[in-house]
Amino acid sequence: MDASVERALQTESDPRLFIGISTRDLNVQYASTDVLTNICLDARRGEILSIIGPAGAGKTTFLRSLNRMLDLDPDWQISGTVLLNGHSIYARDVQVAALRRKIGMVFSVPVTLPVSIYRNLTFGLNLKFDGRGQRDERVEKALRDAYLWEEVKDRLDEPAGNLSGGQQQRLCLARTLTLEPSVLLLDEPCSGLDPISTRRIEEALQQLKKDLTIVLVTNNVKQAARASDRTAFFLFGKLIEVQKTEDLFTTPREKQTADYISGRFG
Amino acid sequence: MRPDRIDRTRFTGGAMQGLTALACLIIIVIVAIIIGNIVLHGTEKLTWEFLSQPPRDHFTKGGIFPAIFGTAALVILMTIAVIPLGVATAIYMHEYAPKRSRLVHVVRLAIQNLAGVPAIVFGLFGVGFFIEFVGRGLDKGLYGGRLVYGQPAILWSALTMALLTLPTVVVATEEALRAIPASYREVAYSLGATRWQMISRVVIPQAAGGILTGGILAVSRGSGEVAPVMFTGAAYALPQLPTQLHHQFMELGYHVYVMSTQAFDVEATKPALYSTVLVLLLLTFLLNFTAILIRARIRKKLRDGR
Repeated sequence: MDASVERALQTESDPRLFIGISTRDLNVQYASTDVLTNICLDARRGEILSIIGPAGAGKTTFLRSLNRMLDLDPDWQISGTVLLNGHSIYARDVQVAALRRKIGMVFSVPVTLPVSIYRNLTFGLNLKFDGRGQRDERVEKALRDAYLWEEVKDRLDEPAGNLSGGQQQRLCLARTLTLEPSVLLLDEPCSGLDPISTRRIEEALQQLKKDLTIVLVTNNVKQAARASDRTAFFLFGKLIEVQKTEDLFTTPREKQTADYISGRFG
Repeated sequence: MRPDRIDRTRFTGGAMQGLTALACLIIIVIVAIIIGNIVLHGTEKLTWEFLSQPPRDHFTKGGIFPAIFGTAALVILMTIAVIPLGVATAIYMHEYAPKRSRLVHVVRLAIQNLAGVPAIVFGLFGVGFFIEFVGRGLDKGLYGGRLVYGQPAILWSALTMALLTLPTVVVATEEALRAIPASYREVAYSLGATRWQMISRVVIPQAAGGILTGGILAVSRGSGEVAPVMFTGAAYALPQLPTQLHHQFMELGYHVYVMSTQAFDVEATKPALYSTVLVLLLLTFLLNFTAILIRARIRKKLRDGR
C-alpha cells in the first residue's frame, strides 16, 4: 500500500463505522497539468475537517472534486476514487444532480440569486422536492440552523440582495441546508466577512457537525485551529499531513507544515 | 517654452473642441430638420379619417388604415418568428455547445455574414426560398396544386424580415447570456439543477431584459424596412385587411415608396405622403415604446424577486 494511503488510514479511528467522504489516490489534472496528486483523505460524519495551505495548493480543486463541480469544465481530468459513505461518486450510474443535493457547497463569495430571500431558499427544493416535511418548515429549520432565522423571519419576501454580506453568506448556508445534505463543503466561507459574521458561521457549523460531514477550506489558519477537529495541510497539490487539529498546530510532523502555520511562507 | 508655442497649443485645443462640438451640432440639426419637416407637413392631413380609412382616388383621398394594420401585423408575426429562433440559437451557442466548438465558429461566421447582406437580397431570397420553394411545395402537397401559399403573402414577408433581424436578436441574446455571472450557474448546479433547469430558472429569467433589447432593435429595424417585403407580400393598394397568413397586405414603408414613385399624380399625393411618413415614424416609436415597457416590467419583476 502506498505510504500516503497508510498515513491517511492511521487517522481512521474505526473504519467499520465510517460514514463520510473519502478519497483514495485522487489525481486531478487541468489541461494535462497536475493539480492534485495521490490525495488520500477522509472526512467523517460528526467532525469538521479543515484544509489549509498556500494559494495554488489545490484546496479548492479538492473540494470541487468532492461534489463533481469539476465536471462542468471538460478540461479537468479526474482519476482515483471518491467515496461517499462507501459508494463511488464517479461511478457510471450516479446522477450528478442528485449527488450534488446530498453534498452541499458554500462558495467563498456569498452568491445570492437576484430574487427574494424565500425564493433563494426554495430554489433547490423546487428543482425536485423529495416530499419530506413541508417546504416552509424546511426553510425555517435551515434558517435556524444557519443562525439567520431571527434576522430574516419577517422579511422573507425582500430581495436577498438587501442583506449584509455576512447575512448573505448565512443565507447561502441555509439554502444548502434546505436540501438536508449529508456532506457540507465550504470554500473559504468567511473570507470576506467581519469577525462577528465569521463567529456566527463557525457557531452554526459546530451545531451542524453532529449530523453532517463538514469539509472547510480556509486561508485563515486561525479559523482552522478554532473551528475544526482535524486539519489537513496541502502544498503544491499534495497532502503533506493530516492530524487532529490541536496536534497539527502544536506538534506538526512535517517541517513544511510547521513553516506554513508559523507564517514563514504562503 | 516660447510664448508662441503656448499660443499655438491653446489654439489647437480650442479648434478641436469647436470641431467636435460642430460634429454633434450637425447631427442634432439634421434630425431636427427631418422630424420638423415631417411634423410640419404631416399633421395637416393627419385626421381620424386618414387613420381609419383605406386609400381612395389614387391615394389622394381616404386614408392608410390597411397599411397601418399591415405593418403592425407584419412586425408582430416577425417577432413571433425571430425571437424563438434567435434565442434558441444563442442559447445553444453559449450554453450547450462544447468549448471551442467548430459548429459554433461556423454559425457565428454565418450570422456575421447575414448581418452584412443587403436588405434587397433578403427580399429576393424570400421570393426564391419561401414563395417558390416552400410555398409552392405546400400548395402541391396540401392543396393539390391550387395557388394558396405559392404567392406573395404576409407570412413570407414576416419570415423574410425575421431572417433579416435574426443577427440582431442572436447577438443581443448572446451578450445577455455572457453578462450572467458564472457564480449564478455554479450555485444552481450546486443545488442540484440539471443543465436545462439551470438554463430555464436562472439564465433565461436573467437574460430576459437583454433578449427583449434585441427584440426592440429587431422591431425598429423591421418596421422600417421596405426591400424585404416589396417582392414577398406587400401590395400596391389593397382596401381589405389581411385576415389569413397567405393574404397580401399593405405596408407603410412600401406605401410611401408607391405614393412617391408610382402614383397617378405624385404632386397631388404629397400631403398624404407626408402624413404617412409621420405615421410610420409614430408607429415605429409606439412599437419600440411598447417593447421597452414590457422590458421594464420584466426587469422590475426580477429586481423585486417575485
